[in-house]
Amino acid sequence: MAWTALKAHKLRSLLTTLGILIGVTTIITIWTTIEGLNQYVYGQLSNIGASTLYIQKWPWSGGGEWWKYRNRKDITYKEYEAVEKYSTLADYISPQVISVKTVSYKNNKYENVIINGTNDDYSETSNVYPDIGRFLTELDVNNNVPVCVLGSETAENLFKDENPIGRRIKIGSDKYRVVGILEKKGSFFGQSMDNQVIVPIGTFRRVYGGHRGLTIAVKTAHPELLEEMKEELRGIMRRDRKIKPGKEDDFSLNQMDMLSDMYAQLTTTLFAIVFVIGGISLLVGGIGIMNIMLVSVTERTREIGIRKAIGAKRKNILRQFLIEAVVISSVGGFIGIIIGYFGGMAVLAQMDLTTGVSITSIAIGFGFSSTVGVLAGFYPAFKASKLNPIESLRYE
Amino acid sequence: MLIQIKQLNKTYKLGEIEVPALKEADLSIEKNEYVAIMGPSGSGKSTLMNILGCLDVLTDGEYILNDQNVSSLSDDELADIRNKEIGFVFQTFNLLPRANALHNVELPLIYNGTPRVKRHELAKQALERVGLGDRVHHKPNELSGGQRQRVAIARALINNPSIILADEPTGNLDSKIGEEIMEIFEELSKAGNTIIIVTHEEYIAKHCKRIIRLLDGKIVSDVRN
Ligand SMILES: Nc1ncnc2c1ncn2[C@@H]1O[C@H](COP(=O)(O)OP(=O)(O)OP(=O)(O)O)[C@@H](O)[C@H]1O
Ligand SMILES: [Mg+2]
Repeated sequence: MAWTALKAHKLRSLLTTLGILIGVTTIITIWTTIEGLNQYVYGQLSNIGASTLYIQKWPWSGGGEWWKYRNRKDITYKEYEAVEKYSTLADYISPQVISVKTVSYKNNKYENVIINGTNDDYSETSNVYPDIGRFLTELDVNNNVPVCVLGSETAENLFKDENPIGRRIKIGSDKYRVVGILEKKGSFFGQSMDNQVIVPIGTFRRVYGGHRGLTIAVKTAHPELLEEMKEELRGIMRRDRKIKPGKEDDFSLNQMDMLSDMYAQLTTTLFAIVFVIGGISLLVGGIGIMNIMLVSVTERTREIGIRKAIGAKRKNILRQFLIEAVVISSVGGFIGIIIGYFGGMAVLAQMDLTTGVSITSIAIGFGFSSTVGVLAGFYPAFKASKLNPIESLRYE
Repeated sequence: MLIQIKQLNKTYKLGEIEVPALKEADLSIEKNEYVAIMGPSGSGKSTLMNILGCLDVLTDGEYILNDQNVSSLSDDELADIRNKEIGFVFQTFNLLPRANALHNVELPLIYNGTPRVKRHELAKQALERVGLGDRVHHKPNELSGGQRQRVAIARALINNPSIILADEPTGNLDSKIGEEIMEIFEELSKAGNTIIIVTHEEYIAKHCKRIIRLLDGKIVSDVRN
């Protein structure tokens, strides 16, 4: 019944539903975009590992006050040793120091490769494991052996088809024996994690000097102890740095939560903005629908009279017009969902991302549009239901 | 007794002015009667029909339909009575313009919850009864005036109502077509239906078994032939 009435006024119904269409399109576009971003960002963040803490000079969040952190001391090797010595909760501790060098094998030369000086625990703290060969061992690290583990991309670049294990490569002018190749990891926020060379930290410090600032990655095998471990590490660092009680830390204990919290905050703000914009379009759309429904009730006064004369009750008339309003706005909602989904996919495509069709966003689209339909249709439908049958029949 | 009206008054209010449309009318109609209501324009014929059909409510007096006092019922209860007990036929047909004959005829069944298949079956039967078995899917604007009125009669019949009320059913039709419509009423009457027809035409009234005449809102004569 609702369809026949709408089909008779195709263009009018479509124009009426434009507000709803725009509102739902806006909401679904952003929703789809955020969903795609979420998948990407949380996927990336899971690389960091939720049960690892990073002792660093710079905090990951609160970047607005960078001048506060600039004068902090670097994290030193001595502090790493203190953590290693005193921490009871840490299961894996790896110091990390980084440099960028040119790497070569025979005539193959590659510039700007990340050289990562660390220890055998790095494999666990960073979730990187050898694909071929082995990772650094305690022996390599304790004896500052000139061995290295290659990222998959670095290995491919340098060796092509040759088996790299046991070969010697040059970092700068120093020779290292290749003992392992890492599994492919992909990229982390656009930066390849497969283009690196991992060497024992002692070797690194001997060759490039020990003055560089460190990151100390500390992992617990019991994620529920993370907070406790954080306090323990804070205590160790403060004691080592002789920070007086009441004074602020002059180092940061970073963890994945901070990044995900920051991201969550960003998306929440985005959502709020979207719902305001979408809400306004839906409101305008709702007013449009109410207006057209009032016109429709007036135009069809006679029809209402006929229906009442043959036995339609108030609720029958009310329902008829409500359904009509909901159908009009759901059509807008439906088109909005489709356009919004492809809009979101287009935005994501700009960032080389993608996402699937989500039930939530479809539910949101239909939820919003049908709610607006019911709210906007109620008054006109109520008015229709109260019309007097004889007066309606006499209406020209 | 099917219909019993006692001391019925109906007064329309137009702002401050009160327009009396029916004055102290008394009337009884039995089952299977075939009644014509006649009278000059403005004498209150349509007003009486509307009250009999529970489309309008009386100002005072009493209306008892099928042993039920209708004077005090709510809107929805009246709607229910219109649906089950009354079949209306109007001068201007009053069909839904965008719906086909079948849908127009089945409409009363929709409001009493008859299932779809049953509805279509009954609607087709009703259309066949008025000789429109081959026009089921035509819309009103694809039908002649006489055919439209037949659709309206089929719609009035569909719920097997206690009374069929027709307000000038031939008023918009020429006399030949009018006669055809009257033949349908004649048959319905023979089949046991109670029929009340408002008309201006003496030749139409002659079909009926009883003629009630109104003048200025009063029943001035009531004769059976
Ligand atoms: N809704 C209304 N408001 C005010 N007065 C009304 C209304 N309906 C009818 N009347 C008045 O009541 C009186 C009876 O009207 P009614 O329609 O019953 O006449 P009728 O006999 O059917 O006339 P006609 O043959 O022209 O159809 C008339 O004087 C009319 O003006
Ligand atoms: Mg009249």
